[in-house]
Amino acid sequence: MRVMGSETEYGIHAPSAPGANATMMSARVVQAYAQVTRLRAAGGAETRWDYTDEEPLHDARGWTLERGQAHPSQLTDQPPVLDAEAVALAYGREELELDGEDESGSLLMNMVLGNGARLYVDHAHPEYSSPEVTNPADAVAWDAAGDLVALAAVRRLAGDPELPPVNLYKNNTDNKAVSYGSHENYLMPRSVPFNDIVRGLTPFFVTRQIICGSGRVGIGQDSSRPGYQISQRADFFEAEVGLETTIRRPIINTRDEPHATADKYRRLHVIIGDANLSQASNYLKFGTTAMVLSLIEAGLAPKIEVHEPIAALQTVSHDTSLTATIRLVDGRRVTALDLQWIYHEAAAKLAQDTGVADAVDGDGHTHAVLDQWATTLSQLDSDRPAAAASVEWLAKLSILEGYRQRDGLQWGDARLGLVDLQWADIRPEKGLYYRLLSRDRMQRIVKDADIAAAVTEPPSDTRAYFRGRCVSSFSKDVVGASWDSVIFDVPGYGRLQRVPTREPLRGTKALTGALFARHREAGPFLAELLGSTPAPPPA
Amino acid sequence: MAGQEQQQPQPRDTEVEEEVPAPPAPAEGQASASTQGVDDLLDEIDGVLESNAEEFVRAFVQKGGQ
Repeated sequence: MRVMGSETEYGIHAPSAPGANATMMSARVVQAYAQVTRLRAAGGAETRWDYTDEEPLHDARGWTLERGQAHPSQLTDQPPVLDAEAVALAYGREELELDGEDESGSLLMNMVLGNGARLYVDHAHPEYSSPEVTNPADAVAWDAAGDLVALAAVRRLAGDPELPPVNLYKNNTDNKAVSYGSHENYLMPRSVPFNDIVRGLTPFFVTRQIICGSGRVGIGQDSSRPGYQISQRADFFEAEVGLETTIRRPIINTRDEPHATADKYRRLHVIIGDANLSQASNYLKFGTTAMVLSLIEAGLAPKIEVHEPIAALQTVSHDTSLTATIRLVDGRRVTALDLQWIYHEAAAKLAQDTGVADAVDGDGHTHAVLDQWATTLSQLDSDRPAAAASVEWLAKLSILEGYRQRDGLQWGDARLGLVDLQWADIRPEKGLYYRLLSRDRMQRIVKDADIAAAVTEPPSDTRAYFRGRCVSSFSKDVVGASWDSVIFDVPGYGRLQRVPTREPLRGTKALTGALFARHREAGPFLAELLGSTPAPPPA
Repeated sequence: MAGQEQQQPQPRDTEVEEEVPAPPAPAEGQASASTQGVDDLLDEIDGVLESNAEEFVRAFVQKGGQ
């Protein structure tokens, strides 16, 4: 359908070590996974992230923010150095001393995984960025694989008598005024005017939460008002369009960092979504958004403008009855369901006209997404118990309502807050989502075995295949990697060899699988790939 | 916060890393089985919820993120 990928920042908590430094704990998570996979042990050094092409201050509206004007958290193009000074500056010296066993000052902060993903420390959270995939079912599989990566690290730390056990939560807020993101990325042609993207996506994003929100106990950024709402993130959005991701969060984010051939592509960076454990919600989140982008590219997005989108976003999130109306600029009042049906109808028509939803000649995904989208909207309208088997906020709400009825709990009760938090615990024996899944009360979109395979295998149909296979096949010779490069240090070559991977749909299994099969050593592999013989080593 | 958190009638669940065996899944599909399923489910969840709800939720404090 379209090149896409996910990013998940996990909530991190060590109950036995309150006050432990979050950045340090996050680094331990990365370190633990390196130990599990031995990806690092082979080379004696981590696979470093290559920051050459990171451009976090490029704005899609056509300008670049000056470094001096940027919030420090926006400078994501510099390798984080977790030395004593940086930690102290960020979090105060007391915390450092509580934790300060890191004498070397160089905990592992970054890994590139054999499945093509990146696992790293983003500010004060461990983050898994999935490899690039081409359809929403694969997006679900490789995003869920990240939860297994995180789980493996949690198990490893739990088995280490020297360190406090660490819990990871796939959620987006601590319910105390702090939010952390779950982002989506979509590849688009650069030729699409950015204003068209803003106009076409904003009404969709205001209402998309009813099919893929994760649900949240508490209203307001600090949860000061008791209640339940559809989205984890809605209350943290304060702008319609903008470059920031950590402050004044915008519905449409303008970070213009294509990680690909810049004059051909843009990478649309979506920051408004909730992290999803529900596969069906995650599937619809990626699938419907990809289709709306096709509408925008074709110039066929519904001509709708929401009056005061930020307020509307929060109105929708706070109304679990789905009956509240939002005002359009033309004066109409519509429900979130109405707006979603308008987008569905437009997407279905475009798919029919272009043939992508055809059973035989279609792309194999659009038809299924349209079906699931329509089924979900119908169930939200008239069969909510059925919708609770796929829509994450409703599944969570059904447990909360169960507690409220059985034990007579009010929304402010701490036990409901705990249900909300523990819903997202990634350990299957503790996470409430996983308890429902084990009873087959949640719809599966991909097979458990496919998710397990995606922990180690890269997608076959994007450049992530090349990246992942390089890391797993030539671990000791790959010294760096990024979304659009792999860097080798191979004996016989005078200097580092940087292989650019700027076309997301090249480096696939079809194009490079045979090459990997022919070579067990990086030197001959590179020689064939680059069509060159190694330069003689310096005398 | 509501002021009634002292009553904690939940089973203890210590933070040890062992699989909590799940009760057998109920038969799916029938409307009458559904209510029973919710009760079973809540019983199961009682057994896996962290033991001190108020303290646990209060201690979950995150640094800012994206």
